[in-house]
Amino acid sequence: MFDFREYLRMEMFPHMLCPGCGHGIVLGALLRAIHSLKLTKDEIVVVSGIGCSSRLAGYVDFNTLHTTHGRPLAFATGIKLARPELTVIVITGDGDGLSIGGNHLIHAARRNVGLTCLLLNNQIYGMTGGQFAPTTQIGRVSTTSPKGQYETPFDSCKLAEAAGASFVARGITYEPSALEKLIVAGIENKGFSFLEVVSDCPEFFGRFNKLGNPADQILMQKQNVVDVEAAAALPAERLRGKMLTGILHHEPRPEYGAVYAESVA
Amino acid sequence: MGAATKTVQLLQGNAACARAALAAGCRFYAGYPISPSSEIAEVMVRLLPPAGGKFIQMEDEIASLGAVIGASLAGVKGMTATSGPGFSLMQEHIGYACYAEVPCVIVNVMRGGPSTGLPTLPAQGDVMQARWGTHGDHPAIALCPSTPAEVYELTVLAFNLSERLRTPVILLMDEVVAHMYEKVDMRRLANLPVENRARPTCAPGRHAAFTPGEDGVPVMAPFGDGYRYHVTGLAHDDRGYPTQDPKLVAATNRRLQEKTERNRDGLVRYELLDTQDAEVIVFAYGIVAAAARRAVREARKQGIRAGLFRPITLWPFPGEELAAACAGAARVVVAEMNLGQMTGEVQRVIGRSKDVETCLKADGEAISPEEILLAIAGKEVRHV
Repeated sequence: MFDFREYLRMEMFPHMLCPGCGHGIVLGALLRAIHSLKLTKDEIVVVSGIGCSSRLAGYVDFNTLHTTHGRPLAFATGIKLARPELTVIVITGDGDGLSIGGNHLIHAARRNVGLTCLLLNNQIYGMTGGQFAPTTQIGRVSTTSPKGQYETPFDSCKLAEAAGASFVARGITYEPSALEKLIVAGIENKGFSFLEVVSDCPEFFGRFNKLGNPADQILMQKQNVVDVEAAAALPAERLRGKMLTGILHHEPRPEYGAVYAESVA
Repeated sequence: MGAATKTVQLLQGNAACARAALAAGCRFYAGYPISPSSEIAEVMVRLLPPAGGKFIQMEDEIASLGAVIGASLAGVKGMTATSGPGFSLMQEHIGYACYAEVPCVIVNVMRGGPSTGLPTLPAQGDVMQARWGTHGDHPAIALCPSTPAEVYELTVLAFNLSERLRTPVILLMDEVVAHMYEKVDMRRLANLPVENRARPTCAPGRHAAFTPGEDGVPVMAPFGDGYRYHVTGLAHDDRGYPTQDPKLVAATNRRLQEKTERNRDGLVRYELLDTQDAEVIVFAYGIVAAAARRAVREARKQGIRAGLFRPITLWPFPGEELAAACAGAARVVVAEMNLGQMTGEVQRVIGRSKDVETCLKADGEAISPEEILLAIAGKEVRHV
């Protein structure tokens, strides 16, 4: 029986996330994934950076490391090399992982370090009051794009795949059980697993862009995505402007630690 | 008989640092290439695997220190080495390691600055950065060797202090000491004591990760050994949980600051040469101290009662010891390869009763004994 309280530091509550924030759904999916994999709490390390999503690390009863802005993958790489038997999960955001930490993301992917990286994408810097992020779509309003975003956003999954991640997936908070399965598959992959999770920030992104209440926003996710398997059968015009969800890339290759061990043998 | 076990070895400063790190129990190195520190990485990459250690060349210096902190939290002693620009990049993580109390060693082979500066030429321009480079109040330990043999000794000490006090320790070399070769007698050095961080002895559930012991230092459990706890760079309570309670924040910040003060005895090292009857005392460190030593001897031959105060620990600053050594001297001369970074610190300690004189150089050239001798004699030093 899954009881989320078993995995949470209840003494840390109430949490600091805003009402309607999607990040709790991601955390729920992560805990269910860990439960279904029968991993013990002692063998899990959760490493995070700075930002709303990165605060999740503090609430879970594992070995947890809340690092500096953009750098969780660097810390996690050190942990994984030092104790390869540990399951190291990185929680980062779109600003943390793609802007200030973008360099570390491509290199962790290139090395194929045995980490599972969950990048929670809500298109905004929430902790600092709602500035645009590297994933903010063109035209979206933020405190630093008051007339609408004009910079082209990243597709983080394409970036991770191109950089060498052996597992790349995208999930949405609208589909927590599908997300849970993606996380399970990500943790099971021995090398670098990258998962982008589309999450919502009703407090800033939703409010600034008049997207309705949190329920409206989570429903909207469904209209913006197409499952990767279904997409194969659809004509190109039906895919225009849509994000693909599911396992987008899975090409197992030797994990960094194994490659290193062989290289120095 | 392997090279590492020969009684007398010809050792370069950077190589001595790498070998000493291994002897001190370092089993993780992460770094990014930068002159003039590169040999440290190049030696570590060979030494670590046979000892069961890991080497990784990271994507930059920020990531390098991040990885070292990660490895240390997982229970493996770690080190990184860099030079000025890389040291600047590492500052945020130095502060993180101070606040999260993660032992690690950072080697900075000082080169001419500011900015890209003089990549392969010596300087001592980072001594203040070693103290105040990262933001906020924090403890700082910086050791400064002046010979390859001392590089070896102080690298081991850096690891020991770092483990003992759960704080980052900075080894400040200059390019000359780093690249200098010297015959080193390994008999004593090979047997220096090695310290390891204290680990919790209580059951995992009872372990409050940041409750200090009597020495002000909390014991440290490695990730993965059953003591699940939270580590953050936010202000935190004894459990490691974020807090903004002024009382808790003040207590932690003071405790960290006092770590070096309370444990000063094993920490502050310095060397005195002929200071007892000296009328003029030279304050010099690193390679400049080697030149100063010769200048002091030469001055004595010429009838000038000169002495040398050489701080080995730059931070915490050996202020009391310096004040005591200089009490009877009429003059104090600071010789350093920068535009007077430690001069201010020396003046602060000496007080306004006498003006500290200087022999400063920040042009990529080492200071010569002749230049220091001129300063001792009270003559104007014209650097050429």
